[in-house]
Amino acid sequence: MHMTSAVRARGITKSFGDVVALDGLDLDVASGQVHGLVGPNGAGKTTLLGLLLGLAVADSGRLEILGTPVGRTLAVPDGVAGFVDGPGLYPSLTARQNLSALASLRRYDAGGTADVDDALEQVGLTDVADDRVRGFSLGMRQRLGLAAALLTKPRLLVLDEPANGLDPAGKHHVHRVITGLAADGTAVVLSSHRMDDLAALCSDVTILATGRVVFSGPLSKLAAESGELDYRLVTSDPAEAHRLASETPGLRVVPRDPGQRADADVVVRGPVPAVDELVVRLVRDGVALRELGPVVAPLEAAFLALTGTGTGAPPARTDQEDQADQEDMR
Amino acid sequence: MTATITEPRAAARPAPVLHGYRFELVKLLSQWRIRLLIAACWIGPAVFVAAVSLQSSLPADTVFGRWMNATGWAGSLVVLDFSCSWALPLLTALVAGDVFAVEDRLGTWRHLLVAVRSPRRIFVAKTLASLTVILLLVAGLAASGIAGGLAAVGDHPLAGLDGHILAPAEAAGTVLLAWACALAPTLAFAAVGLLGSIALGRSPMGLLMPALLAFVLQLAQLLPLPVAVQLSLPSHAFLAWRGLFTSPAQAGPLLVGLVVSLAWAVIATALAYRLFLRRDFTDVTYDGSGRQVLVAAVLPLAALVALAVGVIAGATPATGSGIDKEKLQASLATAYAHLYRLQTRELNRPDVTEAQLRATASCDKGGSRVVDEGAGNDWRCVVSWHLPGATAVGTAIYQLDVTADGRYVADGDGPKEVNGYFQVRTPTGDAPNPLWQFDGNVDLLASTPKE
Repeated sequence: MHMTSAVRARGITKSFGDVVALDGLDLDVASGQVHGLVGPNGAGKTTLLGLLLGLAVADSGRLEILGTPVGRTLAVPDGVAGFVDGPGLYPSLTARQNLSALASLRRYDAGGTADVDDALEQVGLTDVADDRVRGFSLGMRQRLGLAAALLTKPRLLVLDEPANGLDPAGKHHVHRVITGLAADGTAVVLSSHRMDDLAALCSDVTILATGRVVFSGPLSKLAAESGELDYRLVTSDPAEAHRLASETPGLRVVPRDPGQRADADVVVRGPVPAVDELVVRLVRDGVALRELGPVVAPLEAAFLALTGTGTGAPPARTDQEDQADQEDMR
Repeated sequence: MTATITEPRAAARPAPVLHGYRFELVKLLSQWRIRLLIAACWIGPAVFVAAVSLQSSLPADTVFGRWMNATGWAGSLVVLDFSCSWALPLLTALVAGDVFAVEDRLGTWRHLLVAVRSPRRIFVAKTLASLTVILLLVAGLAASGIAGGLAAVGDHPLAGLDGHILAPAEAAGTVLLAWACALAPTLAFAAVGLLGSIALGRSPMGLLMPALLAFVLQLAQLLPLPVAVQLSLPSHAFLAWRGLFTSPAQAGPLLVGLVVSLAWAVIATALAYRLFLRRDFTDVTYDGSGRQVLVAAVLPLAALVALAVGVIAGATPATGSGIDKEKLQASLATAYAHLYRLQTRELNRPDVTEAQLRATASCDKGGSRVVDEGAGNDWRCVVSWHLPGATAVGTAIYQLDVTADGRYVADGDGPKEVNGYFQVRTPTGDAPNPLWQFDGNVDLLASTPKE
């Protein structure tokens, strides 16, 4: 399979004074790929997105965007669009005026109002096209920022937290636009803290921590690296479910935190086949299974594990681990 | 999977300056604040001048204020004088002082840079757009004041600051020239506004810089500073246009004021440009830096003032305060002679010429213990004149209030028939007495006339 490269970064380093924002970063984004960028606050995501948009240049390393080496600020090739730290919009102008001004600046006004109308329609803002942006919600602003990027017919779209403030309808519009662009061959690099969005949109992700890449690759590979997860079960007989989970090979029951209300759920830790075995045993013993799901989504779990940004407390100890400790003491 | 590199593309070209200029203009004109300013500048002066011109109580504190019900051209000059004190610095603050800072407040720098792709072009577009709006505001103030005055009072001759009469056409040309001269210091304050807007980011101090500068300079102008220092301030041209209304015009201070103002405009704009290009736009919390502002903005402008003081002191005959007894006497006698002819016409007496009147003045400041020099309200002058065919010499007394900028108000102190009462009885009824109180202006740079 042949793929063209929209972004190719090698050994990118960028510092702000004493703060190293990016430290020897490598990144490849192919055309037609939706590439997620995740990392804790201060990991260097915004700096990287700024480099891709040409707002800054790397201190060292090599960056090629759409096949063009980028060596100075604002020198990225035509076809790169997007926003960092929220879309830049002028509240005293209407949505249409904001887009028309951008089209004029970037000389994309050949299509005139038709292009502007088309971009507004794609993000579902046709009805408010002539309203001033001052009254727009955060979600509407995000969608208008996306429309502004669409107007430039991008080959590389860079989006910083595009799902911020979106309602379900807005989210649907944004997802549809992004997947549509990718299907047409546009590379999309987006950062987000919402793992469900990344899981729904991205084929590949790069996880950054303190300016370094701790993972880069397909989403499926990341999920596999997450190892054992905690699963929460809601059953008709919690006591019986607790007993069966304790007896299931490969599974450990995660005890409740002190003070946590006794409820109908049980949390177990183990690989997927062991959880499957527990489900079989519950059904066989006549215990109704009402809910079953990971306590933390696989992507999020991998993110927390790789970046070391969990709650800060050690993982909860299972009942078996407690018993083993007591036996050792004897 | 094999990856191939796409066909290299050229770096995107920056947006044309004209497109950027149009965008900046649209942004400025879409702000309610700017729209209100434009409406106020195009309507306010006309309403003010028309209303005040029809009152019996006139704004005599302002130059030409006492002539507002005599000619429509005086109203526009009252507006100009007021604008030079407060309105123009404030307008430049609100437009130029905010044109860059607004992007900081809205967080739109990155968007604008990605769209325009050239900080240089952004600077040019924003500067031109803000200047366009400022010119629109100044044009409104001028046109509106003129329209209001002409509509309410009419197109009549105007008495200058030395009492000579300007025919309506000449008055029109001189009024327009005076407004044009006020553009130079306006540009200087606009450039300071741009500099403040860039240097201080979203801080309100950036917006206030032109107004703050105007306030400081107004205070300085009240002080008995040496004339070389007064003329080296960028606000001097806001006063020097008054010299156009004497005959001959007091061109020296005006030219110096224009050159100083334009130097400020150029240098402050250049400093703003340098500061703008050096700015790190990736820092979204940028709020300027006190040390940076001091080094990059305040010190060079202070150096410009020092340079101007040196050049003016060395290249002109300016000494001391620029106001002395001989200059005041010459100015007062000239103004008195011109206005005496005006009073003669009002009273329907036989006309006399200034040469026939041979008016002279003798002034003294604060008695024998005070040096006869400088500003103050303790000048007392006696004007003497001759009438053809009469052997007696007429005399009239004036108290003069002289300010450091060379303007003075002469207040008649008798005799009552000449200058002691605010009205004169004419064949058609009572009329304002032109010799009762009048404004004059001393040329601060002129050589002292020989007695």
